[in-house]
Amino acid sequence: MNGLWIMLDLLLCLGMVALAWRLLSVADLFQAVVLFIVFGILVALAWVRLAAPDVALAEVAIGSGLTGALFLAALAHLRRRSRGGGAPPGRSSASRRPVWQVPHAALLVFWLLAPALLLAVLALPSIESGLAPEVLANLDQTGVTHPVTAVLLNYRAWDTLLELAVVMLVVAAALSLPDESNLPMKSVQGPVLAGSIGLLVPLLVLVAGYLLWLGAHAPGGAFQAGAVLAAALVLLRLSGRDPLAGVAMAARRWLAVIGVLGFLLLGLAVTLAGLPFLGWPTAWAGVIILLIEVLASLSIAVALAALFGGSGVLRT
Amino acid sequence: MIAEAVALVLISAGVLFFVAGTVGLLRFPDTLSRLHALTKADNLGLGLVVIGLMFLAPSVAEVLRLLLIWLLVLVAGATASHVIGQRADQEREP
Repeated sequence: MNGLWIMLDLLLCLGMVALAWRLLSVADLFQAVVLFIVFGILVALAWVRLAAPDVALAEVAIGSGLTGALFLAALAHLRRRSRGGGAPPGRSSASRRPVWQVPHAALLVFWLLAPALLLAVLALPSIESGLAPEVLANLDQTGVTHPVTAVLLNYRAWDTLLELAVVMLVVAAALSLPDESNLPMKSVQGPVLAGSIGLLVPLLVLVAGYLLWLGAHAPGGAFQAGAVLAAALVLLRLSGRDPLAGVAMAARRWLAVIGVLGFLLLGLAVTLAGLPFLGWPTAWAGVIILLIEVLASLSIAVALAALFGGSGVLRT
Repeated sequence: MIAEAVALVLISAGVLFFVAGTVGLLRFPDTLSRLHALTKADNLGLGLVVIGLMFLAPSVAEVLRLLLIWLLVLVAGATASHVIGQRADQEREP
């Protein structure tokens, strides 16, 4: 049995390296995107094998699924532009040069960085278990029973706050770009797509809520829930609908920032009680973390949907 | 022991469908026949694997979860095939 697992791990590693090479070297960008999505699924399997289901969930939902959808949307825009702008024959902007023709500047950076990184990794002290024993020893003060959520939203809440701020920053940057909200799509005939979207979207909302609640004691949480919710919005967008129809523009923008804002305000609120910034009191930690996760998943979902649907989702 | 043997047979049969579907995907000449090959792997292959895994599942909850996964993949797979097939059909007869 053990030998079988080792074989599976070897296959996974070889598959990842082979796919990575292929997706970097293939000339057709559409093939590269498809290979990237498959690569993400293998990476998620690798995380499962490393006993990190939280990371696997995030990888498959955000890294592979939503990023793949974003790449496909970007590719559609690129193709439309190269068709409209009359790209030179034989080299459309949707194809690229192969990976071995990298610019010299990039190679120079690589040869400077790679040895430095290698030395840094080799110089790392070998740690038996890291901070895991301390995380587990103080788990009853964090308000949750899942150690990963405890790290993300209590011990290292500061990092997660900054991550959410980065997501908000990306949305702000995307909003400042010229509007290209209309995905170049041909509409699908017949009731099949609309029917299954009608079936899947409520289910995705339910799963997002489940993942959010699960985060307190098992793998799950705001990022995974937000990604699943965003997938529901992307599906609605693909069926030609406005995913946030009926929600006023001002309310949409509040939804996009409420994760960071709520996190920040709660972090400041506890300082009024003499606690450090983001230092949740043990009695309230569970409620505060749940509140932050609800707000954060809403913001993440709206942000990801806005990135996919174009700035029209958040701008008139 | 019997459950494990049944699971092994079912999962092996499922894997066979996946191999056949992949070969079809790689060898068939046009989009529609490739889709035809792929749906066999998706629907039947995964179905057999899922039923095989049900025999190994430790609880009823897990059996239901496996069933749900199969049904969701059926819905998603059928929809995706429909959309791809429609586009392929449009491009064939402009």
